[in-house]
Amino acid sequence: MGLLSKKDSKLILDPLADNNPITIQVLGICSALAITAQLKPSIVMAISVIFVLGVGNVVISLLRNVIPSKIRIIVQLIVVATLVIMVDQVLKAYAYELSKELSVFIGLIITNCIIMGRFEAFALGNGPWKSFLDGIGNALGYGVILIIVGFFRELLGSGTLFGIKVLGDSVEKTGLYAIGYENNGFMVLPPMALIVVGIIIWVQRSKNKALIEEN
Amino acid sequence: MALDTEKNSYTVIFSIIMVIVVGSILAGFANGLKPTIKANERYEKQQNILYAMGINENEGPNDVEFIPTDRVEAEFVKYIKKQFVIQGDEVIEDDQAYLIDIKKESAKAKDGDYQRRLPLFLGEKDGEEIYVMPVRGKGLWDAIWGFVAVDRTMKIQGVYFDHKAETPGLGAEIKQRFFMDDFTGESFLDDGVYSGIKVAKGNNDPKNEDKTDQEVDALAGATITGDGLSVMLQKDVKMYVSYFKKLK
Repeated sequence: MGLLSKKDSKLILDPLADNNPITIQVLGICSALAITAQLKPSIVMAISVIFVLGVGNVVISLLRNVIPSKIRIIVQLIVVATLVIMVDQVLKAYAYELSKELSVFIGLIITNCIIMGRFEAFALGNGPWKSFLDGIGNALGYGVILIIVGFFRELLGSGTLFGIKVLGDSVEKTGLYAIGYENNGFMVLPPMALIVVGIIIWVQRSKNKALIEEN
Repeated sequence: MALDTEKNSYTVIFSIIMVIVVGSILAGFANGLKPTIKANERYEKQQNILYAMGINENEGPNDVEFIPTDRVEAEFVKYIKKQFVIQGDEVIEDDQAYLIDIKKESAKAKDGDYQRRLPLFLGEKDGEEIYVMPVRGKGLWDAIWGFVAVDRTMKIQGVYFDHKAETPGLGAEIKQRFFMDDFTGESFLDDGVYSGIKVAKGNNDPKNEDKTDQEVDALAGATITGDGLSVMLQKDVKMYVSYFKKLK
């Protein structure tokens, strides 16, 4: 990345893999379980979080010297809530279909622990540009896991991707279903998201032994 | 000038300023976007009513495509011949009936003496009369609602369902084509007696070929949404039965 210094690009790239908010820090798990039954909501959730965390980190970073420390958590919450409501209203006015698709999830961004976590751990102590990169990086790291989980859950659970039947028709028995393949209904249920996340963590740690904690 | 951010007075002043700033930003935002959002909601109702009647832009077997928003108002006027408001025994014609908020009506009706206003739309498609009724109920997480299109004998011609917050991949599937299409052809009346339509598990009819059983195959992993949908159809459509009985 020519545009960014080494330190800056580390801010973006670290959360994508070795310091991933979901698989390493185990933050934001709740939404990762709830909305990943299909690929499309996973992607839209990822984009919304990128916006909210990127902008929110900058706002908090700009205000970091004037926020009274006693009420900083409240201030952070208000910043997230304001941004989320703005996103929600803009979607309702200009992308009505999409906003209906997301309905409650946009609101759920407020409770996403990654956002408060980054405000508290990074934006309060760093400048706006660094905070912006940190926000984007962490949101991307979150989004990548969401999309991977959404991909497998939709493919194995419903046999579709973006709602398109990629494995054939399960009722008419065409494609893969003709040779006896069946959808795994368990995949659409939230517990399987946890298991898929677990498998990702397993794969990641067996590839990078440095991530394994000493007991 | 160094700010003493630890002082109580500073904290109070900061909070007051923050509330004013955030409040005005959001208020301005909401006000500026309100007309667009309201228009979107109106178009959506028209689209849904037309969809239930079978007027849509579906191409593939899984599509749920509405009439685009720029044309929907004209199409709505073209296909919906009359709009009624039924209140008790009275039936009044009202071309704004589709704007009645049935959530508010059902809340008011809980008060006892209030006779709730029931909107009903009479459409015409290919020379056939189609009646469209709004329905509203509870899913697992939040509200579910929809429009049911029937003929004079209360046989379903099409439905449209939607939800506020059902789980994607599970309860949210009620707005999928394969589920909604299953309702077409089922009847609310069983030998002239009103019996509603059930979303049933294990009715041994997954392809829904039996159109006389008053049952539609349930969605996997969406038991409570399905039960809520059965109750919604049972209760809300029932209010219209007396009107349809008079038609015959």
